Amino acid sequence: MALLSKNKRPDIITENGIEYTSKVMLDLQDLKKVYPTPKGDYVVLEHLNLQIMKEEFVTIIGHSGCGKTTMLSMIAGLNPISDGRISVLSNPIKGPGPDRGVIFQSPSLMPWLTTLENVMLGVRQVFPQAKKKQREDICKYYLSKVGLEGSFYKKASELSQGMQQRVGIARAFAIKPKVLLLDEPFGMLDSLTRGELQDVLIEIWNKEKITAVMITHDVDEAIFLADRVVMMTSGPRAKIGDILDIEFKRPRSRKAIIEHNDYYKYRKHLIDFLEH
Amino acid sequence: MAYLELNNVNKTYGKGANATEVLSNINLHIEEGEFVAIVGFSGSGKTTLVNLINGLLQPTSGEVLFKGNPIVDTSHERGVIFQNYSLLPWLTVYQNISVAVKETFPKESKQFRDERVKEYIEMVSLTPAINKRPKELSGGMRQRVSIARALAMDPEMIIMDEPLGALDALTRGNLQDEILNIWNKDKRTALLITNDVDEGIYMADRIIPLRPGPNATLGPEFKINIERPRDKTSLNDDPEFKKTRNGIIEYLMEIGEERSTSTDETEYVLPDLEPKYFD
Amino acid sequence: MSDKLIKIVRFIGLGFLEPIIRLSRGEETKKNLTEILKKIVAPLASTLLFILLWQSGATALYNTEAEYRIEKAFKDQGQKAADEMTACIESGEVNCQPNTLPSPSQVKASFNSLLKDHKTISADKKAFKEKTADLNKKRIAEGKDPIVYTGRPSFVDQIITSIKTVFAGFLLAIFIAVPIGVVIGLSETLRSSINWLIQIFKPVSPVVWLLLVFMIVKTLTKDSDADSSFIISFISVGLCSMWATLVNTVMGVSTVDKDILNVAKVLKLGPFQKVFKVILPSSLPLIFTGLRITLSVAWMVLIAIELLAQSPGLGSFVWEEFQNGANDSNSKIIVAMFVIGIIGFLLDRIMLTIQKFVSFNKNEGA
Repeated sequence: MALLSKNKRPDIITENGIEYTSKVMLDLQDLKKVYPTPKGDYVVLEHLNLQIMKEEFVTIIGHSGCGKTTMLSMIAGLNPISDGRISVLSNPIKGPGPDRGVIFQSPSLMPWLTTLENVMLGVRQVFPQAKKKQREDICKYYLSKVGLEGSFYKKASELSQGMQQRVGIARAFAIKPKVLLLDEPFGMLDSLTRGELQDVLIEIWNKEKITAVMITHDVDEAIFLADRVVMMTSGPRAKIGDILDIEFKRPRSRKAIIEHNDYYKYRKHLIDFLEH
Repeated sequence: MAYLELNNVNKTYGKGANATEVLSNINLHIEEGEFVAIVGFSGSGKTTLVNLINGLLQPTSGEVLFKGNPIVDTSHERGVIFQNYSLLPWLTVYQNISVAVKETFPKESKQFRDERVKEYIEMVSLTPAINKRPKELSGGMRQRVSIARALAMDPEMIIMDEPLGALDALTRGNLQDEILNIWNKDKRTALLITNDVDEGIYMADRIIPLRPGPNATLGPEFKINIERPRDKTSLNDDPEFKKTRNGIIEYLMEIGEERSTSTDETEYVLPDLEPKYFD
Repeated sequence: MSDKLIKIVRFIGLGFLEPIIRLSRGEETKKNLTEILKKIVAPLASTLLFILLWQSGATALYNTEAEYRIEKAFKDQGQKAADEMTACIESGEVNCQPNTLPSPSQVKASFNSLLKDHKTISADKKAFKEKTADLNKKRIAEGKDPIVYTGRPSFVDQIITSIKTVFAGFLLAIFIAVPIGVVIGLSETLRSSINWLIQIFKPVSPVVWLLLVFMIVKTLTKDSDADSSFIISFISVGLCSMWATLVNTVMGVSTVDKDILNVAKVLKLGPFQKVFKVILPSSLPLIFTGLRITLSVAWMVLIAIELLAQSPGLGSFVWEEFQNGANDSNSKIIVAMFVIGIIGFLLDRIMLTIQKFVSFNKNEGA
């Protein structure tokens, strides 16, 4: 709770409870994850509390093995929680579901399907009422938004890693999730492609404003994309170590940001945290 | 005359109609004892460049000179550290390095070689793992072995092809420091290929971007006038660091914008539908 | 246009034709000439060498056998008999020819005679059909069974029978192994509970399967006029060869990329969709590798089974010729050997092409 009061977002601190919850999209309460091992229980996460508002973009940064991926897969419902609660719009989650779209580290497309079919797979699932033409329009709309107008009918296996991850982004947005979960989606790309994809992601996000939680180990990426950067302590028993508000206005331009006076201040804050 | 010189180097694969020029008009001069970083992106032809310098490939036109002589074959004078470690999986750490030492010092005594192997294993602090096989080691430890192996062959020049690309940030930082220490100790010449601008700024004397291929060529160089030893945390406050970093990043952003040229102007309209979730 | 041709040629495994096509277009003369040397001239030369070696080996064996005969005649019946034998062998008389490894030319002669035989038999068949056509019509009208040709099958008929049997067996293997493999692959409990059965049955010899199938089919077909030898052989072939497909299907289904399965989970695909949209396509390459092994095992096993079960086909052809011991039997066996080899090779090629077609990683393959 001390951490929350440190965070001075006006939309959290409200006196009456009703407004308080209405703005919270994703609520993690006292979350705990334990892996039993022959040598006794291994506690990955403990006492983890985090509230993420509607239309907020949060990045999570921490050392590898600190349990950030575990946390994300618990939110996605792919990994059972040991204790505590995760709720979306005050409803506790039950397993995975398309209300929480996930972009994985590897694009994980079905390599035998075309880009359009890959996106269609999810669209058909969440828009059962739509006509075939409408579904196709949804897929084409999002694929064109990620710059793949010319590749609707290409097999996923023919695309480069960067292009595949663009399809991953389109697939996640096309199902109109309430929360978007991103697990180091650009970690395997070189930095130029990474920059391009960050631009693609933030451009489409600026339109849709889907609450997003993204894991990264790239300090610059964390600052460029986020409203808040959550720093996690190293495991075992990882929890939230610090939260940094990024006050740059949106839409942001990368050039303006790196020349902004606060940029290197934010950067230092995060590097200090990671180095110590 | 520079220590390593690439003059008007072109490299073309295939012939006739199928020919693709991977590298074109590459000019690079590296002085002895210098640490140069080339920032390249996937598909930009950096592996071709590395292979030209270590002698696995010959240029289609132009010349690659090492100490004034054309490079025609691989040589122990130039040690290469690859991204994928390339260790022999059936040999232990000791044996992996021993193979290389035996190759370089065939005439020396067994004792000399043994000491040398152990010395370099100690240098990358892997003595506790000396009898382990690669699959028992983490990625960072494997890359350490590969670094020790390259250095134990006593190269005059170290060529690193994205050596730390596959490692996590923390291990990456540690290994950067270790490579710098070793480089500092006997002032070898070093060429680092990387896709991480910060890694380049932290380690090198000069950074040169490699513009993406086909027809990849080197961009303008950025000198890094920051005193060594450099400290990652205080670097962030250094105005020189900020200036250089922003300069490089802006240059790379320009390249990126040139590359993404979407021409299709078709507007797709999103149908107004609400998703249905089934619990 | 011819780029497309090259692609097709490569795809169906006739890549050695590529340099010829390129050369005819005048591309990189020197490079394509060396390619032709490597891919066409060298294999031709090795074939020639093989035939030469065979020829000289056959001659050596022939001489040994001939000497032995003459010596035997001399020992048993004296000089006159030996001289007679020598004269007889030299004259090329059929009944005193040494019986050994036939030479390439003998094999070729046998091949021609087998073809001729086939022509005669099929002409006979046709004539028989024409002759009985009217009669059969009448018989059918009267509710009687038509008269069918019951003469000796030709070599080509035997080949066709064998191919029919192998395909029946192969289809049986697919219908048994793939569905069972998918079901087992999906459930870890099933996998561990059934694994020992698979491991025990997999190495069982074709002969034992044949006997087992024989026991069952014999009883089941007692009252029907079904072709029980065909049924027995194709079921045995299927049972012997299905294991590779079964094991590969299980492996393919149980090792689908975890990330892809997570995608299916997040999208909440139903079980039916999950199997047909995600699991099956992604394990298809492995399943096809299994099918390819299955088909080549099926073909190998088939010959052995026909040989043992005396069901018509190439296997029984070889066996009959061996028992027959006629003068050209040995060279007919060699002809059969080549035919078996070539058909096996073609079957494998067909499977490889299909496999390339279904695999989503077009660059892989044998």
